Amino acid sequence: MKEKAKLLDREGLNRSLMRIAHEIVEKNKGTQGLCLVGIRNRGAYLAKRLADCIEKIEQERIAVGILDITLYRDDLTLIASQPVVHKTEINFDITDKNIVLVDDVLYTGRTVRAALDALIDLGRPKSIQLAVLVDRGHRELPVRADFVGKNVPTAQNETVEVRLAEVDGKDEVVIIEK
Amino acid sequence: MTWTRKDLLGLEDLSKDELELILATTDSFKEVSTREIKKVPALRGKTVVNLFYEPSTRTRVSFEVAAKRLSADVINISAGESSVRKGETLIDTGRNIEALKADIIVIRHNASGAATMLARQVQVSVVNAGDGWHEHPTQALLDIFTLKEKLGQIQGLNVSIVGDIAHSRVARSNIWGLTKLGARVTVCAPEILIPPGIEQFGVSVTHDIDEALRNADAVNVLRMQFERDEGGAFPGELEYFKNFGITKERLAKAKKNILIMHPGPINRGIEMSSEVADCPNSVILEQVTNGIAVRMAVLFLVAQARDKNHETIN
Repeated sequence: MKEKAKLLDREGLNRSLMRIAHEIVEKNKGTQGLCLVGIRNRGAYLAKRLADCIEKIEQERIAVGILDITLYRDDLTLIASQPVVHKTEINFDITDKNIVLVDDVLYTGRTVRAALDALIDLGRPKSIQLAVLVDRGHRELPVRADFVGKNVPTAQNETVEVRLAEVDGKDEVVIIEK
Repeated sequence: MTWTRKDLLGLEDLSKDELELILATTDSFKEVSTREIKKVPALRGKTVVNLFYEPSTRTRVSFEVAAKRLSADVINISAGESSVRKGETLIDTGRNIEALKADIIVIRHNASGAATMLARQVQVSVVNAGDGWHEHPTQALLDIFTLKEKLGQIQGLNVSIVGDIAHSRVARSNIWGLTKLGARVTVCAPEILIPPGIEQFGVSVTHDIDEALRNADAVNVLRMQFERDEGGAFPGELEYFKNFGITKERLAKAKKNILIMHPGPINRGIEMSSEVADCPNSVILEQVTNGIAVRMAVLFLVAQARDKNHETIN
């Protein structure tokens, strides 16, 4: 395990989020009917930060929810450590809303698949879009992101780690070689 | 903290961390039942068999609802209608269920230790839904979860358990769970219904209902199981209500926010008055709701642990 490269530092991460926020507002023509749903764990923090950015741009606070996808995973028995089930906290009706799903890293697409199933069990949104901080390729499902902070070609034996001040004490994105 | 047990047989064996993991997982599962679509695919393709040797409606239905909300398939077997009547042993029944490729057996049996014996003989997960006078772990877990939800934490709480302690698996599981989590437990009943030596479990004993209520943050009122009275040693219904029944007058001397709990079914006018059962302090129906979340958490945890163990064997 060694750190191969730093992809984003704090400033870079904030700029990426601000640009994504602009793109979300542009694509959705404002904040009408717009909601953000972050995928636990780090996607939830990113969603909250994106909502802060959007508030700066539009002077409008949009609703933010948190999705726990543990119960929807297709690899529950394969992952090494047993995941702890956390709460889904979406305190608004998602039906007819434009939902932007937020996650830190887009990789195989399986997490997004699970998140789509979980969201659709909660209602019938008008649309679901996807925002990720890093797209590292190697998709196993037909999934693509609408908003991407940084596209990074990676090898399978590497991992991309997004570290956020809220959980990790500092903001940065690094590639780690296994 | 990870859950590694394929079975849930009782609270006696569990560590404090394991108890807290179940309670935390329960908290997450509670949200599922508030959705319009009350279902998640976590146990899709798994089969849960409810094997009930004793009559039970609420526990069986609660397990069935829990399993279905996790997308498992559920099969109910009650001993009265099955080959048990033709003389099949418990182990043989268990092995037959295993041969059907079931994943979890939820068992209720009138013999103490039945769940443990079955769990040793089969690879499938076994969840104890009540064995004789021994344990009823999911009932105690839902009682403890309700307490925690209402009062914030278990550590330092005064909890009184009133009723037939001697014949109660609910009491035993509650005593194990509550004392491990740091509550002070008092049991209260006529002398005949308190097993000798119960103080060794770390509980206080009283025969005075007013004393049991005085400092209690919660009182868990057990059902008087008159059907278990074989020797005629039980007090009469009226006598019991007069001496131990929870009434408004008695509650007036207790803490204002004391929680009233009961595992059900309630005998109104025997264990407590109707007024008490329906008063704002009563959380009896919330216990029922929480029971589903607790059982979802338990089914999920044992199923996952079993899958994991399976992998290491292969």
